Amino acid sequence: MQTDTKSRIDQTTTPSGQPVTVLRFEGDISSASKEAVIGSYQSLSKTAVKTVLLDFTKVEYINYSGIALVIQLLMEAANSGQKVLAFGLSAHFTKVFTMVGITKYAGLFPDQATALATV
Amino acid sequence: MTATTARTTTVEVRLPSRLGFEKVAMSTAASVAKLMGFREERIDDLKTAVAEACINAIEHGNRLNEKLSVGVTLSAGTDALEVKVMDDGKGMKTHPVKPDIDRKMHGEEDPRGMGMFLIQALVDEAEWVVGANGKGSYVRLVIRLDKEEA
Repeated sequence: MQTDTKSRIDQTTTPSGQPVTVLRFEGDISSASKEAVIGSYQSLSKTAVKTVLLDFTKVEYINYSGIALVIQLLMEAANSGQKVLAFGLSAHFTKVFTMVGITKYAGLFPDQATALATV
Repeated sequence: MTATTARTTTVEVRLPSRLGFEKVAMSTAASVAKLMGFREERIDDLKTAVAEACINAIEHGNRLNEKLSVGVTLSAGTDALEVKVMDDGKGMKTHPVKPDIDRKMHGEEDPRGMGMFLIQALVDEAEWVVGANGKGSYVRLVIRLDKEEA
């Protein structure tokens, strides 16, 4: 019954030419999403990747277990000195992420271009 | 299943204690709220609150025992929607606590443990009731129609 989470890793650059890795998620983010969220993040090089963008554009449902996975990702990224930005959350989940304090550790942006412009 | 009294229409759903089925309650609550005229923003709040209440009931109340079900009753009144989510557990002994993101980030607080906080923050009323004899506990949520909505 829980919808699988798909994840894809893309490379892009900022307007100034800096490389940025984008983790694109699709489906639900819940307790069943550990491999898609944490697994895909852990497959990235801790030394080569300095900035990670999380793309939630195609995510419709996130529950507290899913939010906990995002917090775990942020924790690992902070320990590795990586910067994390997120974009594409609905207005509702932007509110929920803000309520639980995630904005202190990851900037939230409406779209990829806006997020990249801040790197 | 539905029942209507003079001023309240009731819809009941029973869910298996399996994660993912909270989405059935979430969709039902959204449909009822839409029929009542709630704004989309409030419906999104309700969906998350109902989903989190059902997940708590499935995981903590019924401990993922698929022989037990979670009952969800939606009572639509003239100016408010009340949702009761019932399980066979002993009830929540803790109170909603605002998550401390710094403590979570430093591994000093469970990265989960925010469901009750979200529920309370997203609805107008939230109450956790411990059932008699340590069984049949429920959470009761209420969202009210704004004057512009009613």
